[in-house]
This record gives sequence, structure tokens and C-alpha cells, in this order.
Amino acid sequence: MPGKVLIVIPCYNEEASLPSLLPELLSTVLPNGYQLEALIVNDCSKDNTSAVAKKHKATVIDLPVNLGIGGAVQTGILYARDNNFDIAIQLDGDGQHPPKELPKMINHHLETGANVVIGSRFLEKEGFQSSFARRLGIRYFHWVNRLLTGLQIYDSTSGFRLFDRKAIELAAVNYPDEYPEPESLVVFSKAGLKIAEVAVVMAPRQSGRSSIRSFGSLYYCFKVSLAMLFSFIRKP
Amino acid sequence: MAKIQIITIVANILFILYISRLIIKGKLREEYAIVWVICTVVLMLFAFWRNGLEVMARLTGVYEAPNLVFTGFIFAILIYLLHLSVVASKLYNDNKKLGQEIALLKEEFSKHLAKKE
Repeated sequence: MPGKVLIVIPCYNEEASLPSLLPELLSTVLPNGYQLEALIVNDCSKDNTSAVAKKHKATVIDLPVNLGIGGAVQTGILYARDNNFDIAIQLDGDGQHPPKELPKMINHHLETGANVVIGSRFLEKEGFQSSFARRLGIRYFHWVNRLLTGLQIYDSTSGFRLFDRKAIELAAVNYPDEYPEPESLVVFSKAGLKIAEVAVVMAPRQSGRSSIRSFGSLYYCFKVSLAMLFSFIRKP
Repeated sequence: MAKIQIITIVANILFILYISRLIIKGKLREEYAIVWVICTVVLMLFAFWRNGLEVMARLTGVYEAPNLVFTGFIFAILIYLLHLSVVASKLYNDNKKLGQEIALLKEEFSKHLAKKE
């Protein structure tokens, strides 16, 4: 029996980018006969994200309160766990993560047996590379991650991620709320999961703007560093 | 008895009555009321025992007795604030779980409805 793959798309006001993303996603052919289901986790959007997603035949979960990216992704992971999906892949709703890169991630998981596969824009310097300040921050997190976990993860803030069954079980009960990407890697590696990176080409966001800007980025660096440190100290 | 003692004692009694009223009406949970009750007890103690503050200051090596009041109360307030942050964090986690659960149930329910039709 072919396995099932859930594409978790956390969305906050993404009605503009979904009409181009969803048809492309749903027509993507996955390797190994994997069946694909698109799940929109609508994080209390103020626009028509939910209706637009339903029109394009995606499964939609409407959160009653705004939980932020971590809580939204975890909701998708819970759905994957409860509905026996073999793989869950987080993909951002703003069009930065092209669905055509999905087979690459699944293949990498199948080849290496890694529990978590991160789509990285830095392994091969292709496509959208983000701004200088942001790359600086990402390098800093690469360094912190290396210090805490010994892992060489170049794009630890990337939200393009594959979780296998083991990672799904773990993230369903233990996934950080705010800015979860770098921190969750510490959680995963402490639990003994294998983390791998695969090169993908990313696009600049089609609409909306980043949740991390100006003063927020200082807070982001500080908060995430603290969270990573405590995740490291905490018993798994 | 000095004027200030009477004022403190009356204020204290009113305060404890107000706390009791909040608890009776279910607006304040007992575990959060404990700290307020302890505060009133301490205030009441020093209202009756006028030299108490001087005695305590000498015992702890504080030169000016009022400084002991400030130090003690600021410390107590900080601890209580920390306690409130812990309460807020717990509420946040519980709320998150409830929100996720409701969203998942709603989705499942709508699937069932669609199947029935």
C-alpha cells in the first residue's frame, strides 16, 4: 500500500498566494506512489484564506485563536499523527517553497533514512537567498546549533521541512510555539532523531511580509537563543 | 493607640473583607488569595506592635527601619509577579492545546457531515 504524505501549510492572511500555490501543489507527483493531501492550517486569518483553500480542494483546519507559526504547524502535525500519515511536510503558504522541490525531499528521506529533512537554500547557492542581515542571523543560528547539537545545519531557520513518523510523534507533543525552527532542531537532535539537509531552490515571498523585522529581529535572536539553550538543558 | 494604627487596622479589615467577598463570589481562587491574606496578617501584626519594625530592623541589621519595609515588600512583589508569569505560561499552554483540539474536532465533524449528505 502506498504511503500517505501530508503537506502542512500554516497560513495567516494568505488568500493572495494560495490560488497559485494549491493547484501546483495538488498536481505534484510524489515518488514511490506516495499519496498527497494538502492541509491548510488557518491561523485565525482576517481574510478569506479558509474559503479560498476550501475552493481549491485542500483540507482546512481553522484555529479558533491565533496560535502563531509553531502552534499552527503543531496542529498540522497532530492531524498527521491522528490520521496515520507516514510523512508530514511543512510548506509555507506565501509561495517561498515551490512544490516541485517536494520529491527531492522525499527521496532524500528515503535514501538516507533521516527522520527530519530540511529544505536548504544555502547548500547550493541558487534561487532566493534572502537579505544580508537575515543571512547573518541564519549563520549565527548555524553556529549555535553546531555548538549545542554538533550538527552542521546551514538553513536552520528554513520552514521547509519533512517529518517522518517518528518525528511526527515527537513534534505532536513537543514543538516550540514562537519562532520554532531553530529551537525544534535542538529538540529533535536531543531525542536522537536523524536530521538531514537537502538543497532546494526557494522563491521570494509572493505576498505578505515577514513576521520578523527591525526590532523584532533582535528580540527574535535573543528569544530563540534562550529557547535553544533551555531546550538543550531540558531532559528529553 | 495612635491614629495611624487605627487607620491601618481599619484599612486592613476592609481589605480582608474585600478579599473574602471576592473568594465567596468565585472571582478569586483561594490559591491566589493566600498571598493577600498573608500580607494583611503581616500588616495587622505591625499595626498592633508598633516597635516591631524597629526590632526587626535591628535583627536584620538594617539601619533605617522603613528601608526594611521597602526591601521586604519589593522582594515579595517580585516573587508574586514571577508566580503570575508562571500562571500565565500555564494558561497559554492550556489554551493552545484547547484551540488545537477544537480546530481538529471541527474539521473531523465537517468531514462527517459531508459524508452524511
